[in-house]
Amino acid sequence: MQLTLGPILGNWPADRFADFYARIADEADIDRVVIGEVVCSKRLPFFADRIAPAAERLAAAGKQVVFASLGLVTLPRERRQARDATELGGPVEINDLTMLRYLAPGQPFTVGPLVNVYNEGTLGFLAARGALSVCLPPELPLASIATLARAAPSTGADIEVWGFGRVPLAISGRCYHARVHGLAKDSCQFVCAQDPDGLEVDTLDGEPFLAANGVQTLSFTCADALGAVDALAAAGVARLRLSPQSCDMVAVARIFRDRCAGRIDPADATTRLSALLPSMPLSNGFMLGPVGAAHVA
Amino acid sequence: MTPLELICPAGTPSSLRTAVNAGAHAVYCGFADETNARNFPGLNFSRAELAEGVAYARARGARVLVAINTFPQAGREALWHAAVADAEAAGAHAVILADLGLIAHAAERHPGLRLHLSVQAAAANADAINFYVETFGIRRVVLPRVLTVEEIAAINREIACETEAFVFGGLCVMAEGRCSLSSYATGKSPNMNGVCSPASHVVYRQDGADLVARLGDFTIHRVGKDEPAPYPTLCKGCFKAGPYAGHVFEDPVSLDAAQMIPQLAAAGVTALKIEGRQRSRAYVEAVVKGFRRAVDAHVAGRPIPVGALNALTEGQRTTAGAYRKTWR
Repeated sequence: MQLTLGPILGNWPADRFADFYARIADEADIDRVVIGEVVCSKRLPFFADRIAPAAERLAAAGKQVVFASLGLVTLPRERRQARDATELGGPVEINDLTMLRYLAPGQPFTVGPLVNVYNEGTLGFLAARGALSVCLPPELPLASIATLARAAPSTGADIEVWGFGRVPLAISGRCYHARVHGLAKDSCQFVCAQDPDGLEVDTLDGEPFLAANGVQTLSFTCADALGAVDALAAAGVARLRLSPQSCDMVAVARIFRDRCAGRIDPADATTRLSALLPSMPLSNGFMLGPVGAAHVA
Repeated sequence: MTPLELICPAGTPSSLRTAVNAGAHAVYCGFADETNARNFPGLNFSRAELAEGVAYARARGARVLVAINTFPQAGREALWHAAVADAEAAGAHAVILADLGLIAHAAERHPGLRLHLSVQAAAANADAINFYVETFGIRRVVLPRVLTVEEIAAINREIACETEAFVFGGLCVMAEGRCSLSSYATGKSPNMNGVCSPASHVVYRQDGADLVARLGDFTIHRVGKDEPAPYPTLCKGCFKAGPYAGHVFEDPVSLDAAQMIPQLAAAGVTALKIEGRQRSRAYVEAVVKGFRRAVDAHVAGRPIPVGALNALTEGQRTTAGAYRKTWR
């Protein structure tokens, strides 16, 4: 099973963005890297000029580079950014079907987890349009993942599954970071940059629940597919997606590689992963039940 | 002036008749299974009930639209394919679809069937909408509730199909069809199961002087015993985030865009949609009558009547939602 590093979902400063990918290029055992802005079009100008150099360094280190695109495209600025992503000279990951209209015929693309691919019909349609691989929506249970992974070879696309990182649960026209700081979206002062992994949202009884990331809502828990690796591999899932958190992502990738190669057992792997993220409980309930927030041993 | 078409909810055959009699130009409904996004116990239509509903509406000059707007489960697409075929056979004016694969199937296998794009497809700009129009011949798109009136006007200038906009009822604060908050807490989601924050996972618990409303393992509301206990819809809950405690995502308001009917008409909208297939017949009757008066007033060049429906809205508070930019 291969490993994909998903795009950074939080609002990270440009220097941190560049440093992060330099280290990934030099040190991380990762096959594919998706790079660019998915969540908010207002963030992109701050690091747009860092994407191409990072992509070059990643490619020189033998990683396949895919350019990310926005998850919710409404404004004229967002339509321009979405179109621009198709002109960066490499495969593009679509997170909104708007992108299908911008891709040149035959231009290779991948499908991100914010596109609703729940069944064989949708998978077949996107594969026929040229999708190389499809990262399934994180809410899919293992049975659906297995059905789609078995169907994938005949379509020409392969299947990727959300393996690690806070889970994207929703996207909105409204910015929650701005809202909880008493600001409007148009004058948000980029308060989301204060929370690189999102702002913790707790219940009134103090239960950690969700994390606000600008217009996106993430899970509070961090997905952990380590316990399902064998079942996913048996079903024919081609790759796992690791979503960057502000922890040691080189070490995260090593744990997943060791587990996929059978060098460590699932319990050991999960113990090692927990140690890297002491403040973030793990979850695998979307895949293994009964609810997304659960963690099944 | 072309009258705006009023699209009204029908959770049951009797609600369908009520809506038609109250002045609906069209009603929308779904089959009693997970193929539609209001898959609630006791709601929705059998095949025979749909055929009867279509006949009833037709005899009174109204149309029936069938919502098949969840995302077919892998390995079980036949259930959704059958729903499309059965809606056509029953004489539905159109089907309202969200899933790309199901739309492709319907366009190929049912070329005579009129296709509407559900709000659950979240096509939020002219390029996405034109993709569906050019690829599948979609005739109408139900617009996501994230757009301002100005954005709707700009979209209508660029697209080659009709638009339908929500004007009343429950308000999704997230982009529709792109939210798995409910399945994170309960295992059941709008996309897969046609339910959001389902009653089967709600527990009310007395805690000292407070009433606590929980969804799955999470507290969504905590209110004093003399306050009304709201239903724990996840995105309308009270939470703590940094310095803030309250409705992090959305206040317990419902959408009422009656006063924006002239602006929506000027923006080129063809049809106005009322949410609420889970609502009672009395509610449907009052809302449909109120909006029919509003639409007729607009056509006649009279002002839109103010506040007639306030008593029917959640928590007695309403919003024009994303139609005004300040909502964001």
